[in-house]
Amino acid sequence: MMRYLAGRLAGMIPLLFGITLICFFVIHLAPGDPAQFLASMNPKFSETAHEKFVKMYGLDKPIYEQYWIWLKRVAVLDFGDSFTPDGKSVTTKIVERLPVTIWLNVAGMALIFLIALPLGVLSAYKKNSIFDKSVTVFVFIGFAVPTFWLALLCMYYFGVIKGWLPISGLTSYNFDSMSFGGKVADILWHGFLPVFLSVFGGLAGLSRYARNSMLEVLGEEYIISARARGIPERKVVFRHALKNALLPVVTIIGLSVPGLIGGSVIFESIFGIAGMGQLFYQSVMSRDYPVVMGILVIGAVLTLIGNLISDISYALVDPRIRYGRK
Amino acid sequence: MIRKLLVCLLVLTLFACGQKDSKNSGKEESFKKRDIKGAVTGDAFVESSLGDATGLIMNITSDSASHSVTSKIYNGLVEYDKDLNIVGDLARSWDITEGGKVIVFHLRKDVKWHDGKPFTAKDVEFTYKFMIDPKTPTSYDADFRLVKSFDVLDDYTVKVTYGEPYAPALISWSMSVLPSHLLEGQDVAKSPLLRKPVGTGPYKFLEWKAGESITLVANNDYFKGRPYLDRYIFRIIPDTATTFLELLNGAIDTMGLTPLQWTKQTDTNPRFTSQYDKYQYLSFGYSYIGYNLAKPMFADKRVRQALSYATPKEDIIKGIMFGLADVATGPFKPGTIWYNPNVKKYEYNVEKAKALLEEAGYKPGKDGIMAKDGKKLEFELMTNQGNTVRQSICEVMQKSWEKIGVKVNIRVLEWATFINEYINKQKFDAVVMGWNITNDPDMYDVWHSSNCGGQKLNFVCYKNSELDKLIIEGRKEFDPEKRKVFYHKAQEILAEDQPYTFLYVPQALVTISKRFHEVSPAPAGISYNQDDWWVKKEDQKYNYQQ
Repeated sequence: MMRYLAGRLAGMIPLLFGITLICFFVIHLAPGDPAQFLASMNPKFSETAHEKFVKMYGLDKPIYEQYWIWLKRVAVLDFGDSFTPDGKSVTTKIVERLPVTIWLNVAGMALIFLIALPLGVLSAYKKNSIFDKSVTVFVFIGFAVPTFWLALLCMYYFGVIKGWLPISGLTSYNFDSMSFGGKVADILWHGFLPVFLSVFGGLAGLSRYARNSMLEVLGEEYIISARARGIPERKVVFRHALKNALLPVVTIIGLSVPGLIGGSVIFESIFGIAGMGQLFYQSVMSRDYPVVMGILVIGAVLTLIGNLISDISYALVDPRIRYGRK
Repeated sequence: MIRKLLVCLLVLTLFACGQKDSKNSGKEESFKKRDIKGAVTGDAFVESSLGDATGLIMNITSDSASHSVTSKIYNGLVEYDKDLNIVGDLARSWDITEGGKVIVFHLRKDVKWHDGKPFTAKDVEFTYKFMIDPKTPTSYDADFRLVKSFDVLDDYTVKVTYGEPYAPALISWSMSVLPSHLLEGQDVAKSPLLRKPVGTGPYKFLEWKAGESITLVANNDYFKGRPYLDRYIFRIIPDTATTFLELLNGAIDTMGLTPLQWTKQTDTNPRFTSQYDKYQYLSFGYSYIGYNLAKPMFADKRVRQALSYATPKEDIIKGIMFGLADVATGPFKPGTIWYNPNVKKYEYNVEKAKALLEEAGYKPGKDGIMAKDGKKLEFELMTNQGNTVRQSICEVMQKSWEKIGVKVNIRVLEWATFINEYINKQKFDAVVMGWNITNDPDMYDVWHSSNCGGQKLNFVCYKNSELDKLIIEGRKEFDPEKRKVFYHKAQEILAEDQPYTFLYVPQALVTISKRFHEVSPAPAGISYNQDDWWVKKEDQKYNYQQ
């Protein structure tokens, strides 16, 4: 097992290197450069400004040299400074946005698991019943409806007309002067609509997955034999079937690790949430290369780690799989 | 009985509170006051923006969000008043001598930085040196590089000498003056002041939550008197639909409306009409169709005049802008001193357009398209993606130019690609675009023949030696009455030559909460006197303890 782990970790290094290389070159292929946004198409800007910025950001050097400089810095975990004039480092910018994104994603994902798994399992158990069919319709509506449209409708109805929920942002103006309990309530109140909508949109995938996997297991011979032995139905379903049906779900948990730091641009724009999605989008639009690369590297690392975690946990829960032994 | 006692107690407490309040307001007299009759302090103004500020030192940022916030924090030496006259800000007065080569600024002596240190000539000197330093990441250095020498005469007098008279120089000193005692010898690109600015302006910095909001508090020691509103809150709401919902909800106090919202979505909504007033005034910008004059097709001015005659400006304004724009005849804003109302106007006239094309040697071919020497009058009309108004204009133009036998193909491109691959490389036929109108009339960057070329702003490559001369002479004259003559003549030339078909100057459509008093649009816009805005005690929405 340890040897397997070491091998996998060592294999990640060239993979990561390759990812950054491709990302770096692809971003630089996009037309325009960061200097252009600071120094063009405005009569008030001086004619030499563009050149000055190009030099300041080192964009005049050949691209492989720029990559090499970037790589040397990243090797010691320094992602450099953002090109925007607020003088913040890339790390600061990302760290600022992380708590909000992680809170929304963890809350959303936890609820999706809590709701979708029982829904899927029950649907499989009551296959083709009215319950199964209505669940199918319900989760697919959530999947198919454009989130931004539903979000605006909810915001208009619950926010403007009823006044029950806030429209945008994640905290109130006077958040800092609130008591601890008040702060928690305020965050939950603001988070309700975004989390609810992301859960509604995300139910379909996992509940279908759970349903299929449960259906498959329920058709296995050992379930038939368990029933034949007269084991009570509850035990058959929960002990024999469910345990096996949930094995593939473990993989999904591992694979959703990188999703924890990713944010949806549309979602964050509509709800005015200062999360990772916004940061990434704005950085791409202003060609803020260091920030874009920083986020991509973190995403790549998390994806690789997530894959590894899901492989390992799979081995831990499923005795049929053992790595490192032939 | 007990209940009565309680009521009595309650009344007493309330009374006591009331008294305490009045004592407090007695204390408030200590700060510098403004003289608006009946005005009281308190409340906040909440504005929103689609994007976050990029930094809070105005001199090195170029986005409008940063400028909105920093304009409340810093002052320049001079500024525009509500009628767009140049008046003193940090400078009490100034003398322009030696035919405009020398400006001596006499600075105010009663100004303090937000950290309590006095403002002196040293700060102005530092700002000048900062602006010309090649290591400073600013785009606004051009005006300052023209300075030949900068001398501090005493603590409150500075002398700026230029190589030759340069009229835009005076207003270039509206650039924010920075605190030398905090920035001298520092690497400004890394300075904490980028995130926690210290200025001399009406508001002090309080807090910046990245991507969420920026909050400023009233500066009690502001040299022009403390603004009435306690706070200025700048919220970042990246979506326009959300912004409008927040407006209906009363969570923000102002919003720039689209023509559609202005005409269809506001007057009928009691949530809107009960809370907001609408203001409209001409904005500082114009839209145009620019022709690439390097292309032989557009070299003949009769062709361009024909295209202008075949442009239904009124219909575009009525149909696309809901009537909320004025016809543009040149690069200046109607109603300002620089605007010349008596230039050649191109009222929609298909017959005249056809006649002009025929005069230029074009004849309709078999397919109805005008052609000359076997070359058809067919070209590409480009604009940038994401601007639906410009795309609609392209469609209208395609239809209306078809009527005079001109074939137009529309091409819509993402902004960065559009600018880098087509505009900067001059690989375009005609474009629909817009320019801001600056308060200073200098036309050098966009119209002087030396600015034709890649990455420069005269990308249509308009060259006219007579206009060049006017532009250069106009830069040397400080007296607006004498100076305007050059620009009035320049507009006549542009109107005759039509390097652009000038389309319209849109109206700024602004809505502001009814609770603010003293709001009145002027040539300078609407926020020029924001420090004077105030809210009656009973209408105040936000409450802050001083």
